[in-house]
Amino acid sequence: MSGHPSTYEPKYAAEKWLDQRLPIIRMGADFMTFPSPRNLNYWWTFGGILTLCLMTQIISGIILAMHYVPNVDMAFDSVQRIKRDVPFGWMLQPLHAVGASMFFLAVYMHMFRGLYYGSYKAPRELLWIFGCLIYLIMMATAFLGYTLPWGQMSFWGATVITGFFGAVPFVGESLQQWLLGGYAVNNATLNRFFALHYLLPFVIVALVGLHVWALHHVGQNNPIGVTPKTKSDTLSFHPFYTVKDAFALTVFLLIFAFFLFYLPDSLGHADNYIQANALQTPAHIVPEWYFLPFYAILRAVPDKLMGILLMVGAIVVLFVLPWLDTSKVRSMRFRPVAKWFFLFFLVFCFLLGWCGAETPDNYVFKLGDGGLTFYRLSQISTVYYFAYFLVILPVLGLVEKPIKRPESITKSVLGSSAHAPATAE
Amino acid sequence: MSDAMTHTDKTDAPEDETKRDFIFIATGAVAAAGAASIAWPLVAQMGKAADTLAAGSIEINLANIDEGQQVKMLWRGKPVFVRHRTPAEIKEAEATNVAECPDPAEDNERLVPKADGTVDPRFLVMVGVCTHFGCIPLGEAGDFNGWYCPCHGSHYDTSGRIRKGPAPKNMEIPSYTYISDTVIKVG
Repeated sequence: MSGHPSTYEPKYAAEKWLDQRLPIIRMGADFMTFPSPRNLNYWWTFGGILTLCLMTQIISGIILAMHYVPNVDMAFDSVQRIKRDVPFGWMLQPLHAVGASMFFLAVYMHMFRGLYYGSYKAPRELLWIFGCLIYLIMMATAFLGYTLPWGQMSFWGATVITGFFGAVPFVGESLQQWLLGGYAVNNATLNRFFALHYLLPFVIVALVGLHVWALHHVGQNNPIGVTPKTKSDTLSFHPFYTVKDAFALTVFLLIFAFFLFYLPDSLGHADNYIQANALQTPAHIVPEWYFLPFYAILRAVPDKLMGILLMVGAIVVLFVLPWLDTSKVRSMRFRPVAKWFFLFFLVFCFLLGWCGAETPDNYVFKLGDGGLTFYRLSQISTVYYFAYFLVILPVLGLVEKPIKRPESITKSVLGSSAHAPATAE
Repeated sequence: MSDAMTHTDKTDAPEDETKRDFIFIATGAVAAAGAASIAWPLVAQMGKAADTLAAGSIEINLANIDEGQQVKMLWRGKPVFVRHRTPAEIKEAEATNVAECPDPAEDNERLVPKADGTVDPRFLVMVGVCTHFGCIPLGEAGDFNGWYCPCHGSHYDTSGRIRKGPAPKNMEIPSYTYISDTVIKVG
């Protein structure tokens, strides 16, 4: 998978024998010695963190599946049984539930990193697109999984989300009932959601394989976005970045453990402790926090189909981003104007999340008789979200004058004293 | 041996390209038809199963519902509202100028006639699901004294018509028939 000349030399006869037949140790060794830019900062540690998140979800998920019963009469009780009666279930169930939130937290950091440092630009377009695909399937997996505990939010969340398909012109109702396997969310729905929830993580594993393959073919981007030119611009992945990743991972695990052991329910919704009831809707249907910005976009327009199209568009626009951003400069460190627009983008993403959690008719602040409603704020934020991708980045690349970039990574790290870069290794 | 090979080569020599293309296309077509015929069951299995379809109808006795009362029955996994409307509610529903409604429908268009062709305006039968995102509206609520959906604020009138809010359509009228003067069969 590596795009650099192999330095692996088999020492023992058995290694040589294996290397001639299946060079799997060579592949691992090349992976560990992959030349990585020497200036990677902590924003580059989320790849490793995300790998751990995926493994955590798969392992804890397989364990939960051994105790969970995908049947409308037993699902809710079986999850409660896991939490109360199964040995260490009190920890394993929240590990999976909190783990999902942590996974999204890390993936959002990873994505914002890519947005700021222009990691989606040539030659990393496919790398970025595989990432977007992973994110898309992560969202599907999270939604399917949230249905399984069969609480009120599970049931009504599933009703609302599958309702999106009902808005498709002409075939909507048939499509929705085909997905549900009935007229409404029912036992058949729960069964298929369980089957797909178990399947999709392995699709993600395959896509991660492609994502990492693409990464090792084009090499990592770096904070200054200048491609490594000489050997002194790079460091071996191990031990330099394995250690850096391990430190970041430890910090991340502290945050994870804090939520897992002290606030396991804080990221979920209390209504999900009420068993699903097809005859009663909770007063406020709210998705998990990681979907709130998209929920706000959905509600930002009064028209049902338009809302859905905008919400889908908010994801689709990420896929075409490499061709929307016209600037050749990768890192926003050298884009004095774009940097500010990015900061506003970040703020508006948070505002959208806030809007998604609130009732649209409530006021952000009151001014005399009127004020700013969350509905209006979500509209403003949605406009900025799309404008950032469709107007600001395409236009800015043509008119902005970037700051002069360093000639090389080595020069940017060592300053003007780097006249003899060969000594750096 | 080599004689036989030479012989075979000779019979092969004049290549009939039209015949070869025909065999390619025919083989491909059979393979495609085979793939499609095995793919369809894989897709269709996700649809409504026979038992789901069989459980698709319920009977409701209207005589048990008092004036001003609403019953909620589970039909096809969704609630059906049967409301015994008061004369004031009926009057309000009939007096509405339907041109003002986002989804115009007269009140009597939303009622199913009995066998003798008359409608009973007292009983309104609807699928109690908001046409926005499928939440269940609350009864005797909202700006039009009908139903109000707490999820995203849709207001329905006493005929179940959408009057205000994001829902695009009136609450659905299920297919039902009067099987006697006081009993209806839904579905």
